[in-house]
Amino acid sequence: MTGSILDTFFEECEELLEAMDAGLAAIEEGDQDPETVNAVFRAVHSIKGGAGAFGLDDLVAFAHNFETVFDDVRSNKLELDEKLIQLLFRASDHLSDLVTCARDGGEVDQAHHDVLISALGEYIDDEEEELVFEPMGVGAAFDPTPLAPLAEVQEARYDIRFHPLKEMFDTGNEPYFLFQALSDLGALSVRLDDSELPGFEAMEDGESYLSWELTLVTSESRSAIEAVFEFVEGLCELSISSEGEDEDDADALAALNAAFGLAPAEEESAVALPLEKPTPEANETPAPAPASVEAPVEAEAAADMEPDAEHERAAEKTAEAKKETAKSSGPKPTLRVELDRVDRLINAVGELIINHSMLAQQIANLDVTDTRDVETELEGFKNLARDIQEGVMAIRAQPVKPLFQRMARIVREASAATGKTAKLITIGETTEVDKTVIERLADPLTHILRNAVDHGIEKPEVRVAAGKGKIGEIRLTAAHRSGSVCIEVKDDGAGLNRKKIRQIAIDKGLIPENAELNDGEIDNLLFLPGFSTATEISNLSGRGVGMDVVKNAVGALGGRVNISSTPGEGSVFSIILPLTLAVMDGMVVSVAGHTMVVPITAIVETMRGNDDMINNLGADGTLLSIRGSFVPICDVASSLGLRSSSHSEPAGVYLLVETENGDRCALAVDDIHDQRQVVIKSLDGVCGNVPGVSAATILGDGKIAMILDPESIVTASSSAAVFDTERRMNNAIAS
Amino acid sequence: MKTKVLAIDDSRTIRNLLAACLEEAGFEYHSAVDGREGVDIYPDIAPDVVITDINMPNLDGFGVIEELRGEDINSKVPILVLTTESSADLKARARSAGATGWITKPFDDDSLIFALKRVTGAVA
Repeated sequence: MTGSILDTFFEECEELLEAMDAGLAAIEEGDQDPETVNAVFRAVHSIKGGAGAFGLDDLVAFAHNFETVFDDVRSNKLELDEKLIQLLFRASDHLSDLVTCARDGGEVDQAHHDVLISALGEYIDDEEEELVFEPMGVGAAFDPTPLAPLAEVQEARYDIRFHPLKEMFDTGNEPYFLFQALSDLGALSVRLDDSELPGFEAMEDGESYLSWELTLVTSESRSAIEAVFEFVEGLCELSISSEGEDEDDADALAALNAAFGLAPAEEESAVALPLEKPTPEANETPAPAPASVEAPVEAEAAADMEPDAEHERAAEKTAEAKKETAKSSGPKPTLRVELDRVDRLINAVGELIINHSMLAQQIANLDVTDTRDVETELEGFKNLARDIQEGVMAIRAQPVKPLFQRMARIVREASAATGKTAKLITIGETTEVDKTVIERLADPLTHILRNAVDHGIEKPEVRVAAGKGKIGEIRLTAAHRSGSVCIEVKDDGAGLNRKKIRQIAIDKGLIPENAELNDGEIDNLLFLPGFSTATEISNLSGRGVGMDVVKNAVGALGGRVNISSTPGEGSVFSIILPLTLAVMDGMVVSVAGHTMVVPITAIVETMRGNDDMINNLGADGTLLSIRGSFVPICDVASSLGLRSSSHSEPAGVYLLVETENGDRCALAVDDIHDQRQVVIKSLDGVCGNVPGVSAATILGDGKIAMILDPESIVTASSSAAVFDTERRMNNAIAS
Repeated sequence: MKTKVLAIDDSRTIRNLLAACLEEAGFEYHSAVDGREGVDIYPDIAPDVVITDINMPNLDGFGVIEELRGEDINSKVPILVLTTESSADLKARARSAGATGWITKPFDDDSLIFALKRVTGAVA
């Protein structure tokens, strides 16, 4: 049970950390709203509170320092300057690390931890430092179980005199319940003393006239008795006395102080609280101290509190006004659901869609002349299935905001590591993407952003010399674009150094020395495995992973990544991803007797070719002539090894596809059957990576069909040479 | 009759911990995510005791106490403040607003029940 609460705690931490980052970012942007600061404070505070409950001491201690600084900001004791904001950002990053460590185990960078603690410490007054959070529950001191050693269980008789002041009743305390709690400790006898009751006429409303004399015989320690009266200290006249109790007096005082959270050094002020402490003399004469002595102290305390309360009330009012406006735009109610359940639902919807196509198939196979009515109903069924599917997808869809916020941290760290100044501007944070996609985008994005800072953005002095602002700008944009999601990272740095890239590729033997490459092709060299532009291994990008990792990660999501760059003005990396990973629109085709599916998103147009359109080129190259331009033909069957490449090209059907670097290619297939929604069944874990095939699906007749990956089919069909030929052809035609 | 507790805390974790502890001890548990909601649902729930956090959005713990003790509601229901700070200052402030008592976070189950007992007489 506690385990699941702990899980909730970590989930909540994620949200709180996000809220904190968002708040800090807003503050950095110049948000002056005190509520923003308050929200960040509360986030840190809640993390601390929860961490305390689970005994995560490191987390508590750090959060406490962080919180203390923020409390000072909140009360305007500290000014939020650039330096402090940066420190708070680093602290927030570290807090996030601590949470991760607490959850997953692992070591925190202790040196970094200490640096931050002392940096935060510089902002904390010594005086405040003394109020160090003590993770101690009330119970430690008040646990009704005996504090005294168990060996000597002795019954003692305590005489308690209790006279509530009228203030006690304003706080909702009730003497009866206190006596009840006392009676749990031992044998209690209660005697009401109403001698102070004036005559009926003289009685004042709300005044407290009654007092009680109680006798308790108990084996509990004195502190257990005092604990019962904890909440009414200062609101009553109280004396507790017993025979021969001197020796546990000190013990009781310590316990009481602990109860009040006071360090022993502060005992003096504890005494200032108007609590009746029985001294040995008082034991002889257990008469309560005269009210006149009590009153001034009480009044003083009240006076002390007054301005505070007043201030509080004023603050409350402004907060109130703010809240009214905030309420209307408050967060919508949400429901938290385990991901497993949603996944099950998605699977079921997938089956439903497959089931639909099976039904359709069965009906088509029926030997019935008039199926119109059934088909109309089937159409309705299909629409419903699609609605359900979209609804389910919407459940999994999440805004990219949290991901983008994490990226802000990457840029901060990368900037710090490289001595550059760069800031991240995020656009389209509300764009929603499938949760899985978001999770798996984190790594490629991190890599691209690190690169952007490390290689893209110039050093401040270089930037100034180039007439740019000192601070580099990286724009991270998310947008929906016709059925897919486009994530773009655009920096305003120096742009790709194509000469250098080319040279490195040659040095590494990735391309021949005399290779003729256009700008786009040079840019794409970055994605080759083993390519790295870093001449010296820097802390940041020289980790042995190159942009090929990015490409693979994006490819695994069914997406593609493009680069474009303008020298001196910066580079743009765009990642284009499908909206969902579960269902897609595909074109059902047949290839050498097999039924296959080509993703619609990859297809530009389809056409039926005739002999006139085919031009042979070289030994085995064929080009398709479309409206005056030439496109290489790639025979899917031979590319997949289903037919020998010497097979004479039939005047078949062509799917014009566009590859990631913008080149076009015509995929030759035997026939097109249908365009329909298919449920993607991943091949991961079923078989290894098959070139040309990205996944599989189940068709209406229950058969399995491969989903083709046009990109890799084109690459596999010795297309590099074909493209090269095509470009030279085009160039020749143009000149 | 179960003793009805209304817990007001913006931290889901703390609410869960309170719920687990109180329900196991036989209390009837209700909760609100911030002070505003707490005060709003107070009349419907009519709890026997309120446990409130201090730092919350929309309306903080002091605001809760003031509104519950204020003229509109004018309640004498016991209010326990749940606080991470154990400073005497904070307790004094809570009390002057009308709080009945306080529980220091992190709380342990026994002390929470003990505190509830002292303000409601609950035999849980």
